[in-house]
Parts: sequence; structure tokens; C-alpha cells
Amino acid sequence: MIRFENVGLRYGMGPEVLSDLTFHLPPRSFHYLTGPSGAGKTTLLRLLFLSLKPTRGLITVFGKETTRFAKTELPQVRRRIGIVFQDFRLLDHLTTYQNVALPYRVLGRDESSYRADVIDLLKWVGLGERMHVLPPVLSGGEKQRAAIARALITKPELLLADEPTGNVDPPLARRLLRLFVELNRLGTAVLIATHDLALMDQYDARRLVLADGRMEIYE
Amino acid sequence: MSPARAPAAGLPADDGGGDPWGSATIVPPQTIAGRALTLVIAIMTFLASLTLGAVTLIDDAARAWTSDIGRELTIEVRPIDGVDLPGEIAKATALAQEFQGVGRVHALTDTETRRLLEPWLGSGIDLDALPVPRLVVVEIDDPLAVDLGALREAVAADVRGGSLDDHAAWIDRLRAMAGAMVAGGAGIFVLVLVALVLSVVFATRAAMAGNSDIIGVLHFVGAESGFIAREFQRHFLLLGIKGGLIGGSLALACFVVAGLLTRQSAGMPGADQITAFVGGLRVGPLGYAAVLVLVFAVALLTAATSRWAVHRSLAEID
Ligand SMILES: Nc1ncnc2c1ncn2[C@@H]1O[C@H](COP(=O)(O)OP(=O)(O)O)[C@@H](O)[C@H]1O
Ligand SMILES: [Mg+2]
Repeated sequence: MIRFENVGLRYGMGPEVLSDLTFHLPPRSFHYLTGPSGAGKTTLLRLLFLSLKPTRGLITVFGKETTRFAKTELPQVRRRIGIVFQDFRLLDHLTTYQNVALPYRVLGRDESSYRADVIDLLKWVGLGERMHVLPPVLSGGEKQRAAIARALITKPELLLADEPTGNVDPPLARRLLRLFVELNRLGTAVLIATHDLALMDQYDARRLVLADGRMEIYE
Repeated sequence: MSPARAPAAGLPADDGGGDPWGSATIVPPQTIAGRALTLVIAIMTFLASLTLGAVTLIDDAARAWTSDIGRELTIEVRPIDGVDLPGEIAKATALAQEFQGVGRVHALTDTETRRLLEPWLGSGIDLDALPVPRLVVVEIDDPLAVDLGALREAVAADVRGGSLDDHAAWIDRLRAMAGAMVAGGAGIFVLVLVALVLSVVFATRAAMAGNSDIIGVLHFVGAESGFIAREFQRHFLLLGIKGGLIGGSLALACFVVAGLLTRQSAGMPGADQITAFVGGLRVGPLGYAAVLVLVFAVALLTAATSRWAVHRSLAEID
């Protein structure tokens, strides 16, 4: 589904943040992306999400080489990928419900066709009581869950999550992980960027480890 | 606190009923410098409307003038020593009357001539002592049937001291002047609209810069440029309608007031000249209609411009 071949990336004139990455994410797979802070995990997620272009090498997404995507095709690709940013990026003037429903709104879908789904998902991530509240009054963990819900709501083929358990206590972290595993069972490929070793011990999966710009893969 | 509403207050707030989107817009209206832009749009619409009004006014007046003057010719008979002036005037009158398409022919009497000259020479002039040409007014019934060339030749040949003035030079000059003013008005009109478009472009770009976070989020949830453009456009359409209506109504109010003023001042000194020249500052129905059309055009132009500006800047971001 996603293939990297000798991918390198540098920001501007800086040093290569990532070099010679070669790996493959098959459909329905589950991966951890780990490494110390500053190793380039967020950068790699942005490459996967087509919001950065590699300075060298080839990235193939859904069977097509990324440089061959026209700008107008990007929305279609991004709809097949859900992403949870480290800083959530919720819209502060919209309620939790509206933030989570945004991907459907953008698709022009009729409210009645997704309302029950949104409410169910919000209840599932424990935000049932916070549905009509604006993000500024949510706690860090609640924002985290709202951001995850927004990434999941359209059941993407690939879910990218950047430190999704960074702001939540261990019990909730376990619950969120169970959510990702459940989603993976239903057919979504999952890639979780984290430096939380305890989390990775909870559920065994392939680990992509970044260090000094290189990647090691542990089965 | 009507009794009918009271029970609803007891229901939980998050029952999922009602419209969860409500009046929420993805681009918050308060992030767009709406008041300033509405004012700019109002001013531009006002100026464009006044220009339109003035152009229709001048055009109407020029048309009226040229058709009035075109329906009249004058034969001028200059007094020449030793020539019987009244005789020549009578000859000219008779001659003109024989031409096809000519209506009433009327030689100005001495009294009429004196009245005509009064503003320049004062009252009680002795016409015989002055070399004042006399006028024979020839009204035209059918401008197409009159053979002006033949009439001019006949006057020159048969009337001593006679010449024909068909006001052609006047009409030409008037037409040229009116044409220049209309062209100038059209130029101003276009400039005002260009300034309007530019203001909307700047305002849209500012709004986009202020909402770059939102645009980023919309992009990663898979929004197409068209969706983002629509979200901005809806605000700008509203601002365009508001500003256009304000500017347009002010202009219409000005037209009405100007019309009333000319009507009221009729008969006052100086008023006749204005009326004679521009037919009163009364904007015709065409002017009013043009302003109404303009208001809608401004609203649509504003919306279309903002849409275009969003597409442009989205295409520039890479
Ligand atoms: N937009 C950027 N411009 C320049 N350098 C950046 C940018 N984003 C990240 N970097 C650098 O790239 C490296 C990797 O960052 P990042 O991908 O955020 O690491 P991680 O997510 O693993 O903590 C860091 O050294 C960081 O300073
Ligand atoms: Mg990071």
C-alpha cells in the first residue's frame, strides 16, 4: 500500500533528517514508528501524508508514485488516510461534534447520514458528554481523543497517529490502543509514532525504529 | 420564558436533537475584516452608481438637445446698405415654405428680436441703427424629406445677405462633448470596479492568511479547493450584498433628492439654464434600473472575486 525506496529528506539547506529509508507498509498491517525525540518521526508521517516531498528517493502511495499525483488528486488520497497530529489541530470555534464530523462535512455528506456514527464514536472515546463543547475547554486528553475520532470517523484505509498517547494517562492510553487494534482488525492499516515503550509492550507489532536518520525494522 | 418552552429546559443538552451544525460556519465570520470591506464596497457602489446616473443624464440630455435643435433651422438675413431688409426677409420666408418637409416658417418680429438681444444690449435698442441680422425660424416636420443643400443654395442665391444655419456645427460639438463625458464616465466606472475587485482580492487574501490553520485542517481532512473557496465565498457574497445595498440606496436617494431640487427650483433665476442644458438633474428610469442591476452585479462580483482569489492562493501554496 505504501512503499519507500531510498527516501531522503532535508529541510532547506539543513542536514538530512531522514536518509535511505526503504520499507513497505502492506494493507491491514500494524506498525509502531519509534525513536528518540527529534529522530524524524513527525517528518516521516508528513511524507506519508504527502504534505512533504522527499528530496530524493521514491514514495509510492496506493500504488502510485507520489510525484505523479496532480494537485487536484491530493484530497482524494488524503481522504483514504486519517491522521492524528501531535498538536491535535482542532478548530477552536467548532464544537467537538462539529470537529469530528468535519471530514464528512467536507465531503458534502448529508448530516443525517453520519450523525449517529459521530455520536457513537464520540461515546466510544469517552467524549459523549463533551459533544457540544468547544475545544478550548477540553483537557489535553480530551482533545487527543477528539483528534483521534476525527481521523477515524470516515474509516480510512490507513491511520497515522503522531504520539497519540502523549497526553493521556495509562488506562486511557490502553483504551486508545485497543481502539487502534480494533480498527486494524476491521481492515485499516495503522502506523503509530510513539516513544512510549510501555505502550508498545501492550500489543506486539512490527517496529520501525529511527535513529540518526536511518531506519531499523524489528519484527 | 413562555410556558410552552419550560419543559424543554429539563432535557439534557446533548441528546443529539436539533442541528449540531446550527449556524456554525467553518470560516468564522469575525475573522474576516467585514466591516471595513463592507464600507469599501458601499463607497465603490455609491461612486459607480453616481457615475452611471451622470452618464445616463448626459446621454439623455444630449439626445434631447440634438433632436430639438435638429428640428429647427434658421435663415439669417444680414442688413446690407441699400437693400430692402423686410423684402429680403419676406423672400426668405416664402422660399423656405416651398421646400418639402418644412413646417411652420416664422420670421422674428422686431419685438421678438429686441427681446432676444435684451440680455446683451439692454432694452430700448434701435434695431435699424444696428447691423443686427434678422432671423427666420424654419421648423422641420420631416427631417428626412428636407434637401438642406438645395435650401442653402437657394437662400444664398435668392436672398441678399442671407445664409442658412442648420446648427450642424453645434450639434456636432455637443455630440462630441457628450460622447467624451460618457466615455469619461465609463472610464471612471471601470476604474471604480477594478478598485473594488482589488479590495476584495486583498481582503480575501488577508482572510486566508488569518485562517491558514483552518485551511490546513481542511486540507488534511481531504477538502478540495472548491469547498474551501465556497466557505470563504459565502461570507464575501453577504458582504457584497450588504455593501452594494448600502451604496446603491445612498445613490438612489441622491438621485431622488437631485430630482426634487430641480423641480423645486424651477422658475428660480439660473434654474432655466440648468434645465435647458441637462434637462433637469432628473435621472431617468434607466438610471434607476442600472443602479439596481449594479447592486446585484457588485454582490456577484465580490463573491466571484473572492472565490477566484482563494483558488489562486491555494494554487500558489505548494
Ligand atoms: N519544518 C521544519 N523545518 C526545519 N527543520 C525541521 C522542521 N521540522 C522538523 N525539523 C527538524 O527535523 C528533525 C526531526 O524532527 P521531527 O520529525 O519533528 O522529529 P520527531 O517527531 O521524531 O520528534 C529535527 O531535528 C527537527 O529540528
Ligand atoms: Mg514529533
